[in-house]
Amino acid sequence: MAGTGEEQTVSGYIQHHLTNAAVGEGFWTFHVDTLAWSVGLGLLFLLLFRSVAKSATSGVPGKWQACVELVVEFVDSTVKSTFHGKSAVIAPLSLTIFVWVLLMNLMDLIPVDFLPWIAQQIGAMMGHDPHHVYMKVVPTTDVNMTFALSIGVFLLMIFYSIKIKGFGGFMKELYAHPFNTPWLYWFNFILEFVSLIAKPLSLSLRLFGNLYAGELIFILIAATIGLWQAPIHFIWAAFHLLVIPLQAFIFMMLTIVYLSMAHEDH
Amino acid sequence: MNINATLLGELIAFIIFVLFCMKYVWPPIMNAIEERQKKIADGLAASERAEKDLQLAQDEAAAKLKEAKAQAADIIEQAKKRASQIVDEETQRGHQEREKIIAQGHSEVEAERNRAREELRKQVADLAVVGAERILGRQIDAAAQSDIVEKLVAEL
Repeated sequence: MAGTGEEQTVSGYIQHHLTNAAVGEGFWTFHVDTLAWSVGLGLLFLLLFRSVAKSATSGVPGKWQACVELVVEFVDSTVKSTFHGKSAVIAPLSLTIFVWVLLMNLMDLIPVDFLPWIAQQIGAMMGHDPHHVYMKVVPTTDVNMTFALSIGVFLLMIFYSIKIKGFGGFMKELYAHPFNTPWLYWFNFILEFVSLIAKPLSLSLRLFGNLYAGELIFILIAATIGLWQAPIHFIWAAFHLLVIPLQAFIFMMLTIVYLSMAHEDH
Repeated sequence: MNINATLLGELIAFIIFVLFCMKYVWPPIMNAIEERQKKIADGLAASERAEKDLQLAQDEAAAKLKEAKAQAADIIEQAKKRASQIVDEETQRGHQEREKIIAQGHSEVEAERNRAREELRKQVADLAVVGAERILGRQIDAAAQSDIVEKLVAEL
């Protein structure tokens, strides 16, 4: 609805909330809000964990260190129970994914209008039309964010597949797998290529879909239900509280599974 | 919901975050955890060892005590035996002494009696000779008639 200057309607309100603050044209558009919030949260994660890493003691840990170690050990045991090779990348990668995605998902619990409203006030003070100031605070509701994560994982999958099995081995896995007869190689290739591509696609779309749907329901509650929205917000937030860490965990878990599959030599 | 350059920015951020985490976050925390785990394991092992040592020492002490008690009992037993032995020996020696003294007394009495008897015999012989002299009214040559006298004496 924003942009026409008319009175706000429900669809306009929703549309406004689902629009990113963008800079640039065509492909070279940058979603400033997604970038700022995700990088900010990533830096927050690194700052918090780095502060422990710097002063980590093997003696009696402080409360904050114990808390961080809890997360690190949780990730470590998850990696160790699934991935049986030796890799210096997978465990820190999993930790980064888990905490970063968790922090980004947690942005969903901030009341939907709170940060956009502040952004609009700041925008208005700087002389912009408040209806043109967009702010989407949950980076994981932006496909660019989730695809960036899954493409990073996908590149690592291909890197490790080629590193462990060689390029020939990797290609052989693509064309010689379900039916090991030369005249069915083309069929194998279609199957395996689709399943290979489906991995990053499903990985990113699962996270995006869950968080986008959750965010959308928050927006719908805020847009359509008047006075009684607070308890309903609470109920949905309580339910969503399960989805937020679960989706972060699933993303991490599937990353580990895909990478350990890439390490397996048939 | 369109794909655009944001993806590239996020991908770069992702790679940088992972690299930073890999280099500066994960290893120190993991090291601290593993070191602490090792410390705890060492501590537990040490405490277990100490417990075992204590058990061993207690067992040893109990064994020593038992041995000492047995030794003490042995010594007491020996002492008792020795005491009764000494008492027995002394009693026996006393008995022997008594027997000896009694036997000595007996033999002394016997000797005295024999001596008295000899004396008596001699006196009887003299008396017989004197009596015979009186009866015969003459001197009897004791030496000449000694065979008769001696016969007489033997008959007494």
